Amino acid sequence: MDLKLDHHSKDGIEVVDVEGEIDVYTAPRLRELLIELVNLGHYQLVVNMEKVEFLDSTGLGVLVGGLKRVRAHDGSLDLVCTQERILKIFRITGLTKVFGIHDSVDEAIAARRSEK
Amino acid sequence: MATVEMSFTPLPAHVRTARLVATAVARRSGVDEALLDEVRLAVGEACSRAVEAHQEHCPGEPVQVALSGAGGRFEVVVTDHVAATNGTPAAAGQPGGADPTGPLPVVPSELGLAVIEGLADDVEIARTKAGVIIRMSWPSADPDLAPPGERA
Repeated sequence: MDLKLDHHSKDGIEVVDVEGEIDVYTAPRLRELLIELVNLGHYQLVVNMEKVEFLDSTGLGVLVGGLKRVRAHDGSLDLVCTQERILKIFRITGLTKVFGIHDSVDEAIAARRSEK
Repeated sequence: MATVEMSFTPLPAHVRTARLVATAVARRSGVDEALLDEVRLAVGEACSRAVEAHQEHCPGEPVQVALSGAGGRFEVVVTDHVAATNGTPAAAGQPGGADPTGPLPVVPSELGLAVIEGLADDVEIARTKAGVIIRMSWPSADPDLAPPGERA
């Protein structure tokens, strides 16, 4: 399956909905969207990965790149993911300690709000 | 002789095809369904890495993938033609520490190798003058794909 991207604002946080496969072929589109959102002034991001079917290290690189960009503006990038096969790659690479990974968009937003 | 051999031009779009073929052959070779996601991801990582290396150093050369199901193992060999000295340092591929209070980790170009080593049941990475050969395997039931002379 190809990659589908959408985004909307919720409680002042920009939620990026990702569906499909994030790999070496499709990851540049996600990178472009994250860059575009940051350039538009959205520094609080939640990437909803509940419908992601595949994620490789190229996709991880894009997410880390996005995190770096928002942190440069004192922002945040949290993830929503409950799929074991996706979580596994975050664990293997140690990135579970870098990203806030939540069970739902509401939980991610609430966690971000509580840190403010 | 491999069960299936592929050569593809080093384009990101073809990595998905390689993943699909590898997963199909793994399933046919009797690899447990629970391991197929690992096969798919590891093959994708190896092919992505090879495509990236070829695009930088030899875009006209194809990436080669060989898939074998015999002897109770499903083996995948991904071969590129970029010598190890061409920007593929042996020390690369370590994910590094992930200190939440420290600076963000730099995602190395060889992160894929670290992922492969974390996924495959058995991995061997050979950096030669001719290129990098990634050999990885998983246990399989080995039903009927081996050549007749190799069947138990």
